[in-house]
Amino acid sequence: MSEYLFLYRGGKQPEDPAEGQKVMQNWVDWMKSLTSSGNLKDPGQPLEPAGKVVRNGKGTITDGPYAEAKDLVGGFTLVEAANLDEACRLASGCPIFDAGGTIEVRPILNMGM
Amino acid sequence: MTSGDLQYRSEAGRMVAALTRVFGIHNLALAEDVVHDAFCRALETWKYHGVPENPRAWLMRVARNRALDVLRRERTARAFAPDLGRLLHTEWTVSGVVAELFDDTAIADDQLRMMFSCCHPKLPQATQAMLILQLLCGLGTREISAGFVSERGAVERRLSRAKRTLAQSGPMFDIADRDDFARRLPAVLDAIYLLFNEGYHGTSDRVVRSELCNEALRLARLLAEHPTGGSPETRAFCALVCLHAARIPGRLDGDGHLVSLREHDRTRWNGELVREGQRWLERSACGTNISRYHLEAAIAWHHAVAARFEDTDWAAIGGLYDALMRIAPSPVVALNRAIAVGQRDGPRAGIAAIEAIAGDERLQRYPFYHAALGEFYLDVCSGDRARRHFAGAVEFARTPQERDRLQCRLDACTPQPEASAS
Repeated sequence: MSEYLFLYRGGKQPEDPAEGQKVMQNWVDWMKSLTSSGNLKDPGQPLEPAGKVVRNGKGTITDGPYAEAKDLVGGFTLVEAANLDEACRLASGCPIFDAGGTIEVRPILNMGM
Repeated sequence: MTSGDLQYRSEAGRMVAALTRVFGIHNLALAEDVVHDAFCRALETWKYHGVPENPRAWLMRVARNRALDVLRRERTARAFAPDLGRLLHTEWTVSGVVAELFDDTAIADDQLRMMFSCCHPKLPQATQAMLILQLLCGLGTREISAGFVSERGAVERRLSRAKRTLAQSGPMFDIADRDDFARRLPAVLDAIYLLFNEGYHGTSDRVVRSELCNEALRLARLLAEHPTGGSPETRAFCALVCLHAARIPGRLDGDGHLVSLREHDRTRWNGELVREGQRWLERSACGTNISRYHLEAAIAWHHAVAARFEDTDWAAIGGLYDALMRIAPSPVVALNRAIAVGQRDGPRAGIAAIEAIAGDERLQRYPFYHAALGEFYLDVCSGDRARRHFAGAVEFARTPQERDRLQCRLDACTPQPEASAS
């Protein structure tokens, strides 16, 4: 088994509390299914849309990152899968697609040490 | 909260059950703290803004929000319900999972889970019942010690030891585990029955006692109505509790003295509860197994539907006691069977039936053994013997009310100067 990072990008916010509740329920169901299949390594966390960007070690810190909404990383999850194909198959069950978002699936680099 | 808030006590029980499900039984103390905190907030807020339209929902919402606060603040420091694992540790799911766990159906499950967890095999029976009173019924240690007539400090120590045992006992009781469910069910039913009996026969004040009976009834219904808990046996148990509870208003006369079944004012019996008991009894009549509760409920039903004492179907009751002696024999069942025989076949048959079981040492110290003999001897005009037995009954009375009532019987068969000629 190898580890893969899901980086969630974009996706519109729910329009009303009822939809918000539905979205939340979908995420609970999805995380539960990853848990019961044994693929969930760390559920990770959603992220605030903006923070700061530290540009160097000399104190150059700017607001940001101010990417376009569809490119902004909205959260992360760490899963375990046999290979990249399986990881992508797992990702395809995510409710983020209902909101028009995407998932970047990145294998954790094995440094072989 | 104060005694005026009796009505919210069962809400405290629901909250502790739900929060314990969220935090895990090892964090039982945390769950109790959060509930205490929610009640303090309610008291403060309601003082200024008045009681909200739906106080129960208000309290539950406070508990749910506090649960989320605690989960967020302590997720790096504490482990919560092990089976929910990391779903409570991430913002992706935490509020969704907590919302699921505070759903009404989930809370009914939680209460059942808590009830069965309290009846942990390592704990003595009275302690199990005390834990249920505290955790599920929201009673304070003052009331529990009053209910069980023991010293408050001792009850507090006993409960805190018991909670330590529960907290260290690993995961909570799993209601889906049918085998474990069946194993613990007798203890759960015994504990609820004990609550009811403490309320019915106990020596504590009347308010506490009726609270104990009401809680026993609530828990019996909760169990019988639950998809997992409902079985022929638990429905028969619920019938029994309803039918006993129905007769409570007739137990005392206007001055608060105990009266015998013969003297009950039957118009004061609670017809609603009799009908509910009957419905549960009908619903319990399935499957192949007849439990002791089926038989006891059927006996209670015969008593409850007799319009007058003389209308009691003693033949049917005698037969039910015969069956009860076969599956759950005890000295008291044997005595009650003998009394039914006496009512059916006459006092001499009753005396013979009681004498046949007289060898039991425990019966010799049971006041109603002597009282039953006294009544039958009185019926056959054996005043001396009746007196001797009533005197024995008075000697072994367990509560002042029992003593008063038995003393009355003794006085009634002691010859008065003008009656001594007869």
